[in-house]
Amino acid sequence: MTTQIGEPATEAAPNKSKKVPKDPKPPRYKNTWRKAWKRDWQLYTLVIVPLLFFLVFRYLPMLGNVIAFRRFVPGGSIYGESWVGLRYVKLFISDPNFWEVFGNTLVLGALTLLFCFPLPIILALLLNEVRSRYFKRFVQTVSYLPHFLSIVIVAGMVMQLTSLDGTVNQIIKAFDGNAISFIQEPSWFRTIYVSSEVWQTVGWGTILYLAALTTIDSQLYEAARIDGANRWQQTWHVTLPGIRPTMITLLILNVGTFMAVGFEKVLLLYNPLTYPTADVVSTYLYRVGLVSNNFSYAAAIGLFESIIGLTLVLSANAISRRTVGTSLW
Amino acid sequence: MVTTDPTQLMERLDKPAAPRRTSLDDSRGYRIFRVVNVVVLLGVVAVTLYPFVNIVAQSFSSELYIRTGQVNLFPRGFNLDTYKLVAADPVFWNSYLNTVIYTVTATAISIVLTTIYAYVLSKHRLKGRNLLIGIAVFTMFFNGGLIPNYVLVSGLGMTNTIWAVVLPNAISVFNLLVMKAFFESLPAELEEAAAIDGLNTYGILLKIVLPLSKAVLATMILFYAVANWNSWFQAFIYFDRSELFPVTVYLRNMIAGASSATAVGAVESNALAISANIKAVTMVLTVLPIVVVYPFIQRYFVSGVMLGAVKQ
Repeated sequence: MTTQIGEPATEAAPNKSKKVPKDPKPPRYKNTWRKAWKRDWQLYTLVIVPLLFFLVFRYLPMLGNVIAFRRFVPGGSIYGESWVGLRYVKLFISDPNFWEVFGNTLVLGALTLLFCFPLPIILALLLNEVRSRYFKRFVQTVSYLPHFLSIVIVAGMVMQLTSLDGTVNQIIKAFDGNAISFIQEPSWFRTIYVSSEVWQTVGWGTILYLAALTTIDSQLYEAARIDGANRWQQTWHVTLPGIRPTMITLLILNVGTFMAVGFEKVLLLYNPLTYPTADVVSTYLYRVGLVSNNFSYAAAIGLFESIIGLTLVLSANAISRRTVGTSLW
Repeated sequence: MVTTDPTQLMERLDKPAAPRRTSLDDSRGYRIFRVVNVVVLLGVVAVTLYPFVNIVAQSFSSELYIRTGQVNLFPRGFNLDTYKLVAADPVFWNSYLNTVIYTVTATAISIVLTTIYAYVLSKHRLKGRNLLIGIAVFTMFFNGGLIPNYVLVSGLGMTNTIWAVVLPNAISVFNLLVMKAFFESLPAELEEAAAIDGLNTYGILLKIVLPLSKAVLATMILFYAVANWNSWFQAFIYFDRSELFPVTVYLRNMIAGASSATAVGAVESNALAISANIKAVTMVLTVLPIVVVYPFIQRYFVSGVMLGAVKQ
């Protein structure tokens, strides 16, 4: 099995055209677009509205990033009033707050990757060793459930559990500890964030691995056993290499979202007391832009963030193509 | 060949990966491992379910027991008063209704746009197809960012209208690729036959392709509906009239105060006074539709994810 999430670069040979009889002349028209339009104009008309969606709601905002280099007046043109060059870029580069939230983003992103990438693999391997089909399905069903919750609900649950009278503090008190106001402690934010992220994503993350596991040829296990491999060695030498393409694809995707650490969750869980560890680039630019109305400044930060994100995906993809021969496209 | 039948995909997940069991080679260590494994997985189940159980227990408990930290697995001071209180609140029901309206509208728009774009993309012969795919896929890895999006949506005058929550995320590229993969797997002969019978492209899509695509359409509707039901941020930034809020924003404003000792703004300081059992009831009622339909829809989600990612 190859896991394919993006678009493969090379498509299969085009399907045979269904209206072949219409073009008896084999030599190509000079204007092949006209020919394509003649044949497929109905398809092209279908595509207009969705294409407009992409142009308006995806590509116009990309162009809208020019306000990072222009003076923007709320209510004025969405592309700003006059050029100011790199003023806003220089502003955030010399902004100590920016570098603090940048550091927080890296730490939070790295911790998320460290836990949320390998744990689904481990869970999938454990599920794979379960012999009762019903027990396996039961664990799967339960562990997928958090994936379907609104982030608002997750934040609400986290706050109830970690509140002074919540379950976590009751456990601490049972061991004669003092209650901790977790949600207001900067030193606890990362733990809370990462564990709730694991809680919500680990089960769902197993799906692709479980699918990949079913495609491993059972003869490989047979051969390994004949060679005297025990269960653990079979897992290490047969199972893990078997799901490696899936692992790499998901790793690339995870790396790509590294900078975009759960913006909405941080926004719901943080507060001024926990800013020192919780504030990330996206929440900082949200406050700068939408709360304090410094649109241009925030757009400059956002553009920087998007470019880093794109660079990360492209480099992770290139590295994996060079080293292990698996890539998204 | 991409397998598109949800039942088949589920079977693939259910079946043991490879029949590599022979009780003879089960070493003692492996038998111990299997016991430990079951215990660990039961632990995963318990940890996953606990927050739900805790919220439900709180929703039936009286405030006093929650405040003194006595509610964990089971309700204390069992009562239905909080449910009655929340149910009698017109603001809550108004937000709930808003959520239903936004979810239905957004899902309808999304499904139409996604279907027609995916159908066009599934036509390999189409000139410019790769460009159309590229336009969509590129947005998965690079987007305009929060501020330009906000500026655009406000610039279009959508603030405080339903369009601000239903249009900006109308097409999910992931869902688009899932549908495209499905359409590509349909036998081309059917459409060719229909074309010979004189149906045009629109007719083929409506009368031949869509009736064959009920399973994938159901999956897509569920994907979009759950995402819309759960979304809050669009409404949070584009609506400032509280009668427009969906239930997620209503709930967010309720819990926001709890996180912040130095809460700012009227909504936040009110939230400090909102008792834990009311929050719990609101959370239970918000999540209820999802949890109730979850057991029935789960397999569609799983097959949808695999459809998008598995190519054999």
